[in-house]
Amino acid sequence: MPRFLVGIILSIQEFYILTGAALRNVFRKPHYSDDIILQMDSIGVGSLLIVVLVGFFTGATMTMQLARALAQWGQQGQVGTAVAITLVRELGPALTALLVAGRNSSGIASELGSMKVTEQIDAMRALGTDPIQKLVTPRLIATCVMLPLLTIIADFVGLFGGYLIAANLVDVPGSVYWSTAWRALVWVDVAQGLLKPFVFAFVVALVGCYYGLRATGGTQGVGRATTQAVVMASVLIFLLTVFLTRIFTSHLVSSS
Amino acid sequence: MPADEVKSGVRFEHVSVSFEGTPALKDLSFEVPEGEARIILGAASSGKTVLLKTAIGLVRPDSGSVYLLGKDITRMAERELFEVRSKVGMLFQESALFDSLTIEENVAYPLINHKAVQCPAEDVEKRVKEALHFVELDQTLARFPSELSGGMRRRAAIARAVVTGPPLLLYDSPTAGLDPITAHTIMALIIKERDLANTTTLIVTHRYQDGLLMANFRYNPDNGQLVPARENGHRPQILTKFMVMRDGQMVFEGTEAELEAVNDPYISKFRKQGGG
Repeated sequence: MPRFLVGIILSIQEFYILTGAALRNVFRKPHYSDDIILQMDSIGVGSLLIVVLVGFFTGATMTMQLARALAQWGQQGQVGTAVAITLVRELGPALTALLVAGRNSSGIASELGSMKVTEQIDAMRALGTDPIQKLVTPRLIATCVMLPLLTIIADFVGLFGGYLIAANLVDVPGSVYWSTAWRALVWVDVAQGLLKPFVFAFVVALVGCYYGLRATGGTQGVGRATTQAVVMASVLIFLLTVFLTRIFTSHLVSSS
Repeated sequence: MPADEVKSGVRFEHVSVSFEGTPALKDLSFEVPEGEARIILGAASSGKTVLLKTAIGLVRPDSGSVYLLGKDITRMAERELFEVRSKVGMLFQESALFDSLTIEENVAYPLINHKAVQCPAEDVEKRVKEALHFVELDQTLARFPSELSGGMRRRAAIARAVVTGPPLLLYDSPTAGLDPITAHTIMALIIKERDLANTTTLIVTHRYQDGLLMANFRYNPDNGQLVPARENGHRPQILTKFMVMRDGQMVFEGTEAELEAVNDPYISKFRKQGGG
């Protein structure tokens, strides 16, 4: 088998082992609740501003573009429907996850990478702590809790941005915008919009940890790990978006 | 393992380790009995650090067996290893203090996290202070590692290694990158720990003079200085042995006198560099 293929298979295997160990540790003592709260603050509260900004402008831009497109069929009033469906189903989860990946997968990879190359991970093991329990599991739990919450905020702020544009620039009354947006959403959309960030949370946290923990070769290695983590997390988020949307849409087709 | 008269601190039996196909240790066998000091000399990337990491199970051997304090740790699960490791103190090459914790938290770390140590919560502070007093860093409790000099960080890391009172200590290049005076201070601390706590000691170094200090000096508790070991009949024979590593293999094992007598150019290189 070619060498690079062996490398890829080994990496996937290592990633699965890390994922398994991190999940197992969720149910095992000791629990480092201080670390979980610290990470929730860093991942959740720390990302809030950027998520709100991007959510708002995404909603606003989408409303402007979709209103123009819908105007061709005289359906401007339906802009709320289009914005709500696109935001809650797709863009909200995907954009939030991409932002958090850029901010936190890189942060996690560089932090753990620095610890790895300065032997702090080894020291941790020598001093009686499982680095996966102490470093990976708290980051995974924190991301799994915070990313869905951030997504909800992004969705709402995005809809609000759309409302401001609809009411002020496109001449769609606010009440029409909100009622169409509200009616457009069914439970499956909400479920989809919340399941996706939960899956993306695994990608954001574990890809960051994986590249951080395998960093070698000093500061240069840490830089490499950081870049790889962001690239891989972003690519996986896009792949999973398509994959999950396909699952949800096929469900809708078969149930209707 | 066979019933040894003297229990072994560390024992390697035909240990080989490799990283992605590159061998780091090749069929290495040796034994350090309890109470002995072992100086492991070798050039860069001769396998010295890997040897220490293999000894406490941070690196798993590809083949062969590793015994630590009489227990076969070769295939021990990580969680079982924690108990054995609680009896071992290790000083890492670049100190490996946790950046995000203060010096006090760093030194308290093994007391709190090693389940087998069982240090009551109310004793932690006292023991941390004792350990920091031992390395003469009483004033640094609330400071972070980044605020200390290289030598002070090394001393704080020694405090962290000895705070649990382990019977076995592993030092990875304790004097690397330090000026001669600081290097001497660090060696004096290592000798002080060896003489006051009777620990088995493994030191990886590329400086022969570190080994000479270990072999020929003892800590005098009366004045806190190092004094020649043979003076006044103290410690007539300190059990210090030397080992020389080259490309993952052991090329010499013996006493200082035996090392002095060897003519091999690689081995004598360390002797000349030591100046003694």
